[in-house]
Amino acid sequence: MPGRALSASSALLQLRGVRKSYGAQEVVAGIDLEIGSGECFGLLGPNGAGKTTTLRLALGLIDPDAGEIHVLGEPVPRRAREARLRVGVLPQQDSLDPDFTVRENLLVYGRYFGLPTRTIAARIPALLEFAGLEGRAGARIPSLSGGMKRRLSLARALINDPQLIFLDEPTTGLDPQARHLIWERLKRLVVEGKTILLTTHFMEEAERLCHRVAVMDRGRIIAQGSPQELIAHHIEPQVVEVYGEGAQAWTHRHSEALCRRCEHAGETAFCYTHDGERVLATLRGRDDLRYLQRRANLEDVFLKLTGRDLRD
Amino acid sequence: MRAKHFAPPRLTLRFLQVWRRNFLVWRKLAVTSILGNLADPMLYMLGLGYGLGGLLPQVNGTPYITFLAGGTVCYSTMNSATFEALYSAFSRMHVQKTWEAILNAPVDLDDIVLAEEVWAASKSFLSGMAILAIIWILRLSHSPLMLWIVPLTVLIGLIFGALGLMMTALSPSYDFFLYYFTLVITPMVLLCGVFFPASQLPQALQHVSAVLPLSHAIELARPLVNGRVPERAALHVCVLIAYAVVSFYIALVLTRRRLLT
Repeated sequence: MPGRALSASSALLQLRGVRKSYGAQEVVAGIDLEIGSGECFGLLGPNGAGKTTTLRLALGLIDPDAGEIHVLGEPVPRRAREARLRVGVLPQQDSLDPDFTVRENLLVYGRYFGLPTRTIAARIPALLEFAGLEGRAGARIPSLSGGMKRRLSLARALINDPQLIFLDEPTTGLDPQARHLIWERLKRLVVEGKTILLTTHFMEEAERLCHRVAVMDRGRIIAQGSPQELIAHHIEPQVVEVYGEGAQAWTHRHSEALCRRCEHAGETAFCYTHDGERVLATLRGRDDLRYLQRRANLEDVFLKLTGRDLRD
Repeated sequence: MRAKHFAPPRLTLRFLQVWRRNFLVWRKLAVTSILGNLADPMLYMLGLGYGLGGLLPQVNGTPYITFLAGGTVCYSTMNSATFEALYSAFSRMHVQKTWEAILNAPVDLDDIVLAEEVWAASKSFLSGMAILAIIWILRLSHSPLMLWIVPLTVLIGLIFGALGLMMTALSPSYDFFLYYFTLVITPMVLLCGVFFPASQLPQALQHVSAVLPLSHAIELARPLVNGRVPERAALHVCVLIAYAVVSFYIALVLTRRRLLT
């Protein structure tokens, strides 16, 4: 699966040269994406990179200025409604109906797909089980925790048994317990063979779940591949993080010789290297510095590609 | 604003499921909602009708409370549709993100706006009918011509539903609606002949009154309550239909601009 080239017919989602501007700002600046059946694809990027706009374009809610979009074989936006019949969406912001119970939320949402009440009712028990909300069918939405609401939103996105699922920042704002539970559920969906496009800025999430990821910044896709490929291709295999007041001075003395690349964030130096042992040798016995050696991960790639500056 | 926003409406029966969603929520809160919607216009009609009516001679040959009844049916319907299309629709659109969730399903915005307009009209229909029932019960009138007020309230509800949705599409927050009441609804109530004949107004204000939709509604409702066929009924009906159609289209264009860009 990783890195596999997809023929047009097997791609469930296909974007070619898609552009979208607001005034002078090009929010999506010519992107190409192809997602194959059964794939979990992560769209990564800092805030304002154009991830949500890309999802809205794929749903046909906004028209591209240029380019072609196909979702489940339907041309979008022309036949976006037909495409959405077979797509599930977990929006970034909670949009559950606070006046309805858990069960009513699923029932009412299913009707928007033209599903008969009987069909929806038959699907609800399995969806409640999936969401870990058995026994909560009659609960009102304001009585649910953030994690429960998120899981219910996810169950709602599955009410039409979609072939393709869009998840816009599925775990933003959740505590670690709730986040791990969502990850576990998303893995279940992947195992079941659902095709998923998720946006996130949690690299751990992308590394755990996604077969392939694309890093997006300022409306462009600047890297694409499996998490392992991106790490191997873009970054040195090991990282030594050095903290403390002397970190800066230590880098001045050693980094050129020992690190392929060295980055600073406050009092922390990140030394990217092929030989962590040599770096550690210069740090042993220094009680003014704390340090940690680890394998490079997707977050390192992301920070290298998109920079360490804030994007507020 | 893009050309696409001005495209003709594409309406389908899918709007019914959105209408049904609003109906299901309403059913849960119906008792409090009905009370809130009806008490206000009813108190105006009874309080002013008997209180002020005792001091007044007949207006155009009818007792003041009967005169007031024709205006109150229209006023009550307008009010109810306006509240629904402003505050309730704004909660669904902006606060609860209900419309956003629906747009992710295979329902287009045109159907959502239609559903909201029809829903506002449905709710206001009940308000209009309640006033009509009181007119009947108090025997202020028992003309069978009053039955024509039933379709009239539907039309009034559609017009003020759509006008309210225009405002909702433009509004950054709930506070903004106060302008709408001050600049549109209050003048409508005071200039269109709810409490007194518009002919009592200075000429300049009468010209304003003549173009407002509530005037045309009251020109139809008042004679019907009094058991007379309204003069120039076709003209008034045409003006009201034009208001309903044009304001729906404008509301649709503005909502598309707000949500689909």
